Amino acid sequence: MEAFPSALLDLPVESCLMSLRKKMKDHATKHAEATGTHPEAARRQKAQGKRMARERIMAIVDQDSFHEYDLFVEHKCADFGMENKKLRGDGVITGTGTILGHPVAIFAQDFTVAGGSLGLAHARKITKIMDHAIKLGIPLIGINDSGGARIQEGVNSLAGYGEIFYRNTLASGVIPQISIILGPCAGGAVYSPALTDFVFVVDKISKMFITGPEVIKTVLGEEITMEDLGGARVQAELSGNAHFYAQSEAECFEQVKRLVTYIPWNNRKKAAPVSAIPSRSEVSLEAVIPAEANKPYDVRDVIRAVCDGSDFLEVQAMWAANIVVGFARMDGRTVGIVANQPMVLAGVLDVDSSDKAARFIRFCDAFDIPLVTFVDLPGYLPGVDQEHAGVIRHGAKLLYAYSEATVPKITVILRKAYGGGYIAMCSRHLGADFVFAWPCAEIAVMGPEGAANIIFKGEIAEAADPEAFRREKVREYTEKFASPYVAAANGHVDAVISPHQTRGFLLHALEISEGKSELRPARKHGVPPF
Amino acid sequence: MTAAQKPIRQILTLHDTAYETAFTRKFANRKPHTPKDPRRLKAVIPGLVLQVLVQPGETVQPGQSLLILEAMKMQNHITAHDGATVKALHATPGDTVMKGQLLVEFE
Repeated sequence: MEAFPSALLDLPVESCLMSLRKKMKDHATKHAEATGTHPEAARRQKAQGKRMARERIMAIVDQDSFHEYDLFVEHKCADFGMENKKLRGDGVITGTGTILGHPVAIFAQDFTVAGGSLGLAHARKITKIMDHAIKLGIPLIGINDSGGARIQEGVNSLAGYGEIFYRNTLASGVIPQISIILGPCAGGAVYSPALTDFVFVVDKISKMFITGPEVIKTVLGEEITMEDLGGARVQAELSGNAHFYAQSEAECFEQVKRLVTYIPWNNRKKAAPVSAIPSRSEVSLEAVIPAEANKPYDVRDVIRAVCDGSDFLEVQAMWAANIVVGFARMDGRTVGIVANQPMVLAGVLDVDSSDKAARFIRFCDAFDIPLVTFVDLPGYLPGVDQEHAGVIRHGAKLLYAYSEATVPKITVILRKAYGGGYIAMCSRHLGADFVFAWPCAEIAVMGPEGAANIIFKGEIAEAADPEAFRREKVREYTEKFASPYVAAANGHVDAVISPHQTRGFLLHALEISEGKSELRPARKHGVPPF
Repeated sequence: MTAAQKPIRQILTLHDTAYETAFTRKFANRKPHTPKDPRRLKAVIPGLVLQVLVQPGETVQPGQSLLILEAMKMQNHITAHDGATVKALHATPGDTVMKGQLLVEFE
């Protein structure tokens, strides 16, 4: 067998060179055509304040770091006139790059190509880059901007979605997955972002819903705008579907970059440490807690006062604001922070705050990020709506997540830790490695007022001066139980510390917990109260 | 952050202690609970009444179909939860009903 066709060997050298040059030139033309844009579609995209898919990728990744794959992938649909339609990149751009030096796999749906509609080839480009990300152990970033399923492709389009969801699930807890919603993301398509770890939305650009305003109007007769139904604000504040909210695409990309620096590339690696810097906070921790137990303060002041550089990246800041979760660094290493927020709803636990904290804890545990919990809560939120909304099973998620987590768990009780709320907030009993309490901590079954009113109900009613008697009993209960010392005497609290010692105790506890390993009974997986 | 935008302090009373705090939009907009009246059957979904299967004065058994409501592309049988006597019907075939609209009253 000949290595080369003899006809080619017979050609003069010049002719071969010409052919080679032509191939190079043809490639340049083909590449320019494939990466080009349809002028009218581009104009419409920009008129909505949206950037082009390629511009978005370039804005997120480091300069010159993006490498694109599958540029020439074509769909195979031959129905409903699709056989004559050539779609650039089949409506999605995929590749790899770096963000501040961290490797990422990235895809961006291109709304200017057939409305970013998802057909099988489009989906297979996404699943291919997902497979790469899982194998290489690098974070996956998806930019969603799509009208939905490519209806001409029928069930093949649905197959595409299903294959993406399947990989989102396989990748969960293996590589961090980030979804950026920069356009419509409707119907089944929203379930891919929902399966990922962090969802970013941008005001007036992001739209997420299962059934749109048109269908709702037809079926239910209810009228609502797309913005009010599933706009960025709704997802960030009411539904809890979004984790980060931005006013512009530029702000959103800065948030994405910041997040990437806090999280590891995969579950076998630690988040990259940075150089340690002291807290920059001017807040005096001794003065942060108001004198009256029923007065609010911003728990983020405490977080900023103890973490490196007072840098705190809050996650889901607008939803269930009665609990604060997010990333910070201690001695240059990433920690996950969970804290009750007395400033909102007195910091109670409820359906949404339990849900929010539980998910965050599971992310941290999956990616080997130690947990620091700050406790100040009066208990669970009472209410018919809460009970009927399932506060029992949602509240149980928090207990499950904390108990299940095997990363270092350090708890600081700042003020109130009452009843079931005390147990739930990473108490010693749920496996906290270290529990510290400030001297103003009140660790009890409930607040002194409520406790005295129950214990001495009869006596108060019969007393000559019921109010004076009641106040006396409240004082007695406060003295006996509203302190950290009963818990400390029983070993439920390891150390009662002055507020200004908090950072020092945390840094030491984190340092000595680095080699922590905890064995659990073998199982396929637990059955959390989803 | 919502709380920072709303400096107004509200009061949340828990175990006899009044906490000064801010409400979330969800909490502020929550609806007070109203118990369901078993004698008034309301539409749980909007739709088109296709058939009414009972008459006023008729005694119905639990689970018995009262009317057929077409909604979500399905002919849904609306059934009685308890045994009762029909007092009045507020739907006739051809009516389009809204969610929460009264359909049947029982004695």
